[in-house]
Amino acid sequence: MPPYIGVAMMIILGLAFAGASIVGAGLIRPKHPTPGKMDAYESGVPPTGDTRGRHHVRFYMVAMLFVVFDVELIFLYPWAVRFAQAEDMAEKVTMLVAMILFVTLLAVADIVGWKMGVFDWSKE
Amino acid sequence: MDLVSTLALLAKGLVVLLIFLAAPLIFVLAERKILGRIQSRRGPNRVGPLGLFQTVADGIKLGTKEDIIPPAADRVVFWVAPLFMVIPAIAAWSVIPFGPMVEIGRETGLWITNLNVGILFVLALGSLNTYGPVMSGWSSNSKYAHFGALRSGAQIISYELTLGLAVLAVVVYAGSFSLIDIVESQRHMWLVAPQFLGFLIFIVSGVAETNRAPFDLPEAETEIVAGYFVEYTGIRFAMFFIAEYANMFLMSMLVTVLYLGGWNGFTIPGLEGVSGVVWTMAKALTLMFGYFWLRATLPRLRYDQLMSFCWKILLPLGVLNLLVASVLRMVWS
Repeated sequence: MPPYIGVAMMIILGLAFAGASIVGAGLIRPKHPTPGKMDAYESGVPPTGDTRGRHHVRFYMVAMLFVVFDVELIFLYPWAVRFAQAEDMAEKVTMLVAMILFVTLLAVADIVGWKMGVFDWSKE
Repeated sequence: MDLVSTLALLAKGLVVLLIFLAAPLIFVLAERKILGRIQSRRGPNRVGPLGLFQTVADGIKLGTKEDIIPPAADRVVFWVAPLFMVIPAIAAWSVIPFGPMVEIGRETGLWITNLNVGILFVLALGSLNTYGPVMSGWSSNSKYAHFGALRSGAQIISYELTLGLAVLAVVVYAGSFSLIDIVESQRHMWLVAPQFLGFLIFIVSGVAETNRAPFDLPEAETEIVAGYFVEYTGIRFAMFFIAEYANMFLMSMLVTVLYLGGWNGFTIPGLEGVSGVVWTMAKALTLMFGYFWLRATLPRLRYDQLMSFCWKILLPLGVLNLLVASVLRMVWS
């Protein structure tokens, strides 16, 4: 049996559950909207402005670093399986050296980010 | 694909769906009871005997509540966001093994499917967990929700890296992505022994990934009320709740499978047939207790501490752990 059928089945079951509960609850729940209910919740105070403004650049920096690291990690996954299955010592040493070089690049990115203060969230 | 195996697959799927739905009912009650006991209270004890029906009553209440979509919200994204929480949370269960191969009429494994990229699939769905909070927080157009979404996005992607690094070291030992192969490879020694540092990194990152105390900043009550789902009501709110508890249980199962040997353990006398399932569940439920214990014990981190802890401590440790694991693996094998 193709293994991904099970995955597809769980996704369909999840959709069915979510759809059934939203539609099912729709049949029994009340609907009496009032202006007070429809406001954004700000601890009972009438809301001021909206959220479509600017926010701090450090979120963007973290996202950029994440992309760098995540792509590097993805490359390491096939390496890990191949390394675990490697037979002779010479091949293993070669693979290990290659990995260490690769991870050093990763470390450089981390250190550069560190020096730039990307991870110091409390600093102004 | 014959009829019997199709029906067997469907039956397994329905059982897992049942576990998925029962998990929040049971764990929310267990959490409130345990938190109560730790804080010298009794916890819920009014609805049904010993308060056992408390979460059922809460569920019915949520199902019958009015569904409010704020006019300022982006309706489509607001509507879709809970689905983005629930569906990855349930799809990830398709590769989790509950027990070994068993004989029920014919040989069958106690898992829905054995993907050869199993753990990678779970991590991929874990990445999708970023979308639910960010979409719901952004679309709500409410300040608390917005801050919750920003925090959650930055936190989940940061700790995903350290989670991935810890898993890499496991793969170096097991030589496979399949969760079933990983459990089989621990027949003689649980991976927590050679990978203790990786185990700790995985647990810390796992707690952060599931937005739980002491890393529950995306939904910190004292600062931003409920965080990214503050504008959600009724059944949609319930979906965030279900997904959160299902993800916690999923994380416990993952730790069990990756580090604690899954179904491996001595055969329990009197329970020969289901020994493996009992072991898996016992380990996963102990880890769930750990979640509640952490929540009762540790104060919440500050956000700057949370981010610098991940990038300055956990990430270098994760890289070090991977290097040590690779060298050890090379020397031993």
